[in-house]
Formats: sequence, C-alpha cells, structure tokens
Amino acid sequence: MLNLKTTPFHERTSALCQPQNWRKWAGYFAAGSYEHTLDREYWAIRNAAALIDVSPLMKYVITGKDAAALLHRVTTRDVYKMKTGQVAYTGWCDEDGKMIDDGTITRLDDSTFRLTAAEPNLRWLTMNAVGMDAAIQEVTDDVAALSFQGPNTRKILNLVAEESLDGLKYFRMMKNKIRGADVTISRTGYTGDLGYEIWMDAKDALKIWDALMSVGADYGIAPVGILAMDMARVEAGLFMLDVDYTSATHAWVESQKSSPFELGLDWTVALDKPGYFVGRRALEKEKREGSAWKMVGLAVDWVGMEKIFKRVGLPPQIPSMAVRGSLPILSGNPLSGGNVQVGYASTSTWSPLLKTYIALAHLQKPYYEIGTDVRMEITVEHHRQHAPAKVVKLPFYDPEWKRK
Amino acid sequence: MLKVKKPSTCNLQPVTYNQKRKTMTSNQYDAIIIGGGHNGLVAAAYLARAGKKVVVLERRPIIGGAAVTEEIFPGYKFTEFSYVVSLLRPEIIRDLELPKHGLKILPLPSTFTPMENGDYLAAWDDHDVTRREIYRHSPKDAEAYDEYARVMARAAKAIKPLINLIPPDPSSLSLRDMLGLLKVGQYAASLSEKELYRIAKLATQSSADLLEEWFETDALKGTKAASGIIGTFLGPRSPGTAYVLLHHYMGEIDGAFRAWGFAKNGSGGVSGAILNSAQALGVEIRVEASVKQVKIKGGRAVGVVLENGDEIDSKVVMSAADPKRTFLQFVEQKYLPDDFVTSIQNFRTRGSSGKVNIALSKLPNFSALPYQGNGADSVLHRGAVSISPSIDYIERAYDDAKYGQISKRPYIDMIFPSMIDPDMAPPGQHVMSCFVQYAPYDLESGWNDERRNDLGEAVISTIEEYAPNIRECIVGMQVISPKDIERIAGITGGNIFHGELLLHQIFFLRPVPQWADFRTPLKGYYFGASGAHPGGGVMGAPGMLAAKEMLKDGF
Repeated sequence: MLNLKTTPFHERTSALCQPQNWRKWAGYFAAGSYEHTLDREYWAIRNAAALIDVSPLMKYVITGKDAAALLHRVTTRDVYKMKTGQVAYTGWCDEDGKMIDDGTITRLDDSTFRLTAAEPNLRWLTMNAVGMDAAIQEVTDDVAALSFQGPNTRKILNLVAEESLDGLKYFRMMKNKIRGADVTISRTGYTGDLGYEIWMDAKDALKIWDALMSVGADYGIAPVGILAMDMARVEAGLFMLDVDYTSATHAWVESQKSSPFELGLDWTVALDKPGYFVGRRALEKEKREGSAWKMVGLAVDWVGMEKIFKRVGLPPQIPSMAVRGSLPILSGNPLSGGNVQVGYASTSTWSPLLKTYIALAHLQKPYYEIGTDVRMEITVEHHRQHAPAKVVKLPFYDPEWKRK
Repeated sequence: MLKVKKPSTCNLQPVTYNQKRKTMTSNQYDAIIIGGGHNGLVAAAYLARAGKKVVVLERRPIIGGAAVTEEIFPGYKFTEFSYVVSLLRPEIIRDLELPKHGLKILPLPSTFTPMENGDYLAAWDDHDVTRREIYRHSPKDAEAYDEYARVMARAAKAIKPLINLIPPDPSSLSLRDMLGLLKVGQYAASLSEKELYRIAKLATQSSADLLEEWFETDALKGTKAASGIIGTFLGPRSPGTAYVLLHHYMGEIDGAFRAWGFAKNGSGGVSGAILNSAQALGVEIRVEASVKQVKIKGGRAVGVVLENGDEIDSKVVMSAADPKRTFLQFVEQKYLPDDFVTSIQNFRTRGSSGKVNIALSKLPNFSALPYQGNGADSVLHRGAVSISPSIDYIERAYDDAKYGQISKRPYIDMIFPSMIDPDMAPPGQHVMSCFVQYAPYDLESGWNDERRNDLGEAVISTIEEYAPNIRECIVGMQVISPKDIERIAGITGGNIFHGELLLHQIFFLRPVPQWADFRTPLKGYYFGASGAHPGGGVMGAPGMLAAKEMLKDGF
C-alpha cells in the first residue's frame, strides 16, 4: 500500500522514537517526540543541543541569470541586495498582499538560490517566472536537512565540521564538510536559540547524523521531535502555516487570509525595494492605512488563573505541550456588559523556561498594542472561563547568544 | 566595596534587562540583611522592590549560603550543599522574575534504586512505564502506587495554605493573632473529615508505619521512607517522620508551575538568579562582611558591627542566619528574655547528614542496569540514584548514628549534575553529588580528617556494592561533614534545615512559641531563614514572608 514517505534519517530516527508517535509533515513521517515526556527534548533546545530532522521542508533550487529577479518578484524581501552566503527569512503574497507561504531564501552563489517553504510552491514560482531565465527545481527529496538548535551546538559543530563555525553570523550560510561530505550550514532555525540548519545530500544523511550524535554525546545532544520544537517556536514568537495563519491559496473565505503586516512581518516587507513584486500595491495601501489585525504575544496571568481554578478547588491545569487550536480573546469588563471578542490565540503553550503560559494571538486594532489587558478563554472543569492576560512584545524569549 | 563574586562560574548572565542601578556605598540603610543565602537575598529583593535601600552582608567571599556552586576541582562544578530545587515558591519565581535573571530548572526525571539482590526498582518520568516497572516487583504495589501518590498530593494540597500563613500565636489575644487563628480555623473547617484524619495521622505517624499500610516491596518502601528522614535526626520508624515525607510532597502541587528539578549551574544557579534580580532592584551586596554583633540602641536594633570593626547603620535588621547565631551570637543575651534564650538553646539543630561531591572521569556503571559505551545515553544517570533498599536498611543506618557513629551503610541520594546540565563538568567527564545520611554532628570521637575520610569511604564502599567500578572513576572528592556545613555555610549544628522539621518545631512553634511571625523580642530585629516558618528546602518562603512582615510594620 502507498504510505507516507520516510526521510533520509528514518533508519536512525525510527530506532530512537520510543513513543512511535509519528506525525505527518508534508507527506513525510516526522517524529513527534523521541521520549514519552517532552521535558528533556525541550531542554535540549534551551540548554544543550537538539538534533531535529527537518527534511520534510519543501526545498527549491532556483538557478539562472534571472534567479534573483524571480525571488525579488515573488517575495517581499529585497533579494537584489542579498550577497552570496546571506540568508533571508521571508513571506510571499498573492496580488492582494495576503500571505501564501513563508520560508528562507539562501543565496548559494551569484545565480543560485535555495528557497524553503512549508507547502508546495512549484506552480506558483513557475507562473511567476514566465519569460525569465530561471530554472526552478524541487529538491525536497534530494537534500536532507537537520536543524541543530541550542547553546552547545557551535561547540559540537566545531568538532565535527572541517571549518570553524566561529565566524558564521546570524542568518549567514557557509559551505563546509562533515566526515568528508559536502554540506551547507546556515545559522538559522525555528527555536529562537543559537542554532544551525545543515543541508546535505540525502545519501550522506546517516553519516552526518552519526557524526553529530557521537560527538554531541558529551555536550548533552538529544534527538528532538516536532512537539518540543513547537513549544520553543512559540517562545521565539515564530508562527506556522496552517496553524497560525491560512495560506491565501487555501482560504475559503476572505477573512481567513492574513497579510505579512498582520503577522508582524513588517521588517520583511521591503516597500523601498526597486521594481514590482507580487502584492506590492495592496501592501503599500495597508502600510498607509494601518492593519486591522496584528499577531502579538500574550502572557496569561498566573495569579488570575489560580483564582479561576481555585473556585473549583484545583491548581491551574495547563496542557504539557503546545496546543494548536483557536482560543477566543475577549476584552472589556464582563460585569458592565462590555465583554467583546477582539481576537483569538492560535497556538498556546506553557513555557517551562519562562514559567509562563504564553500564546500567539491575533488581535484587532487597537487591542494589539503592547500592554493591553485582555482575557483568554480557558476551559475549567468543562466550563468556559476567561483568564486575564497581557499583550507583550514578541519574542517571549530572546537569549543574547542567539545572535552573538 | 568588594567586587561581588557571583556563585562561582555563574556564566548565567541575565538574558536582558539586568540594568544594574548605580549604588553608592554608604553606611546608612533602611535595612541590613545578615547572610547572603537564598532567604537573605529573597528578603532583600522584596524589600528593595518596595523601595527600601537594602544591603546584604555575606560572611563568605561568595553569595549563596548553602545554595552555592563551586569549582573545587578545576573544571568540575559542585553543587556543594543543597542540590535540587523542589520547593522554591512559585510566587517568588514570578515576583522576582527569576527566569529572566537566569533561573532554568532542568528535569530530573527518575529515581533508580539498586537492590541488594542485583535487581533494581525505578520510577521513570512516564507514569505508565513506571507502573509497569513496579508491577514487575508487585502487581499490588503498582496499583497502590497510584493511589498513594494521589492521597499524598491531596494531603499536601490540604496543608499547603498554611505555608504562606503567618503562624498565629494560639495563646495571644492580639487582633492579628486572633485573625490568624480564625484563618487556621476556617481552613481546618474547610477540610473534609477524611482529610483531617489523614493529616492528623500523617502528622504523628512514622513514615515506616505509613508506608507499610500501602506497599510490600522493600525497595519501594525504603526509597519512599528516605524522604521522611532527610534533614532530621530520626529514623524511618520514628514517629513524626511521615510529616517530613509530606513536606517533600509540597513541591508537587502547584500544577504546571511545579518547579522540581535541577537548576542550571546547580544550586548556585538559584542564588545567582535571585542575586541578579536583587541587584537589578538596587540591592547592595557586600561579601567578606562578617557580622559580629547587632547594634542596639534604646532597645532597638539600629545596625550591625562587623568583625573588622566597621559599623553599618540601618532602620531595621533581618537575620537570615540560623536561630542560634541569630539570637545567641549576634545579640547579647541581656537584650533577650531568659525563656526566649532558653528556647533557642533548646531548638534542635542536630545535623545528621553530609555531602560527598565527586569529580568523575567516567560514569559509575550500576550492575543492575549497565550502560554500553561511555554511558552518555544512560537513562538512569539522568535522574536520582537512591541507596535505600529497605526500611530496615535505613533504620540500621540510623542505629549507628544514634550512638554517635557514621552509618556503616548509609542512605545515599545521588545525582549526576553533568548528565542533566552538561556544562557542569569538562566534556565527557562528570560530577556526582551524594547526599549522605547519617553522619551525626556529634560524632562520638569528634570530627577530624580521619573521620571525614571514614565518611567518604562509607559512601564509596556502599556505592561500590552496586556500581563496582566507582573507584576507578574518581578524579577528585570533597567530603562535607555536618561540622563542615557549620564551618563553611555557617549553619549551627550543620542541620540542612537550620533546625529539624519536627512536630514541635513547625508552624507556630518555629523557631519558638510566640515568635513565629518573623519578629523577635528585640524591636527592629527580624528573623527570616530556614529556622523560621515554613522551614527549609530552598523554599525561599521564610525570606519572603519576613520581608512582607517587615514592610507591614513600616520603617
């Protein structure tokens, strides 16, 4: 029978995945976690080194004289400014300025780029490349990828890779070798910690996994699944397609779509860049007029939660992993009748590091201003309750070593 | 002013916003805190948060008291005295924003008890896996285990409200005490009959009696009983130990907030975070500032005199030292009522435990569940290893101590900090922390280097029975007797709780009746350390509650 695909690391990951809690990720099996509880994996990200198989990421290589022009046209970044070795995080939009997908662009050389995406984008890229000298090739199966995240990752990589990583800056890429195999290593990730992503030929995948695991053993390395990464990415204020926003190409109704501004991606929208790009006019208009929505961080007030739970004689109960599900956000005083819904949280999680219940929330103007008091719906003994929460700046967690 | 040396190797710089305010060194403060242990720092931070000008005076060159991490052998960090976080109050973590100031509490997921017959009993972090493990030994215990955990957690939950209560004096007619008693009364009335009986029983029972009601597996009973004797000079068959056992359950009832584990950088990481928070709030820290005496004028504490003769003035003084130092050393006895002095003299502070901290070239391999390779992925080493094969084993260890001897075969609670936080030792090397009981403070022959070696040898030869390669792993070893705890951390008697958690020494009886509200017979002199309510265990509650009472009194 046809089944999901396995990644080039499956031989290793399947032997290690104790709970056998495989998740579907873009048509591949992805380990949910390697242990029955997430504690150790989460803390590997925050205190040691986490090895995460991210091979299911969609990957495209774009080559040709007009490769830069194509990406400049499709995405919101000023791709002409990118130097070889530079990596840029970006979203891309439809003509109405609504997000289709997001990922990273890496300039591998003058006329070669790698683009990652959550969903298939070959058709969209091809449609935009009409008349251009740009060949688009999907390499998802050929290029295996490891996300290597945590404060000890540089120490380990320096022992494993032929060239030192010390000079590699945040959002830069280098070519390197591990156990004789060619790799590219970018200083990127999805956790908001010090971290790298290692891109390699699928045939070298196991060799490189083994090298990292054996050398990393003395530095607290742990294989980490997507459940623990989900907690870390919320702390880092990073959203996920289909969880925190809906692609404009998938949306059934207009209100399901989001613009990059609404997702807090202002810094990635280069309205000052030369020439046309998809969605430009709509984005310029939104920039002028202001956004109706914005994704912000919410910190739920623990004392307020305690009070609510105390009424039923319980300490606060919070799921032990990130919850991908919508929770209504209210504002106003329930007693004076001004109790209105002003948005929703799309992912919420307990932060073991910050000791705070946090959420990524989408709030309407003007409730998205930092410091605004709102209330988030929680279920307490089968009853709907509303826990006090505050709008805070993203990211929730931003260690100095992330960029250092 | 001396430069503050953070608990050694405190590489945990606060993530952001530690904007240290400039503090001018002067000799006039709102409050002086004697002792830079975690309670002193917590109190100082709370007072500074309320706008007070505070200085913390620490006798040692490093901050942290009994919550310190020191590099005794280069590259190997020892969490010297206290070694786990379990009871640190969530409100302190929140109020002082400790996560922002570097506190990371890492998981300590399991307890592994090697047995005398070569098998083992383990509690892993997954509930079902643990149930299957206990089932292997006794299907009956596997079931009882669940119910026992629930009953204990409920009992702990039932008495938890008392932790943050200022103990009222039942003999007093003051409004404050009457209101306090009313609260206790209301609280008692809120308990179900069953809960009340359960608590009454727990308060008076021995942990052995309690556990024998539930379980039949010796290793399970032994391991559970162990937490009932920690820090007391009692055995598992002594009445009252069931309460201590319950005290340790207290950390498990804060829901998701539950802060149980091993702090990044050891216990020094806990005091480091509190220190960072306190400094950010403007608290001044002076190290190598040993207090000789509290200055008294007109029946009020008005400052302190240091050993070096320096005088520092303040409106109030709080001691975070143990009760005996606080009242018998820092204050001339003529300023205190006779019966108060007598009560303090009678306060039981018998040290019963020691620490053996070991630097390892490799991990000891337990024959009951040997590791392959270098053990880097050995699951048991990520958690605690408990040498507690049975209640009789621990009671026998107590028998030795009763008559002034080091236990020939002691109870040992081991952890391998480098397996939890790889930064604790050089790559591929390890550190090991062994809490050992019993090592009586009043050793028949007195403590000296030879006796200290005996204690180390008792620990190593005990571990050797379960992990035969232990000796070849050792690179360096630090043995800490109760005398050393007294000498280094300054705790009289070397009792880890500054005074045993005995029924006659808790709540409104801690440290002495009528003075359990953090005030003392000397005006302007306060007491907020583990010897005060609600007791020890790196809880921070005494420091916090004392600071709040000081602020209530105004100064």
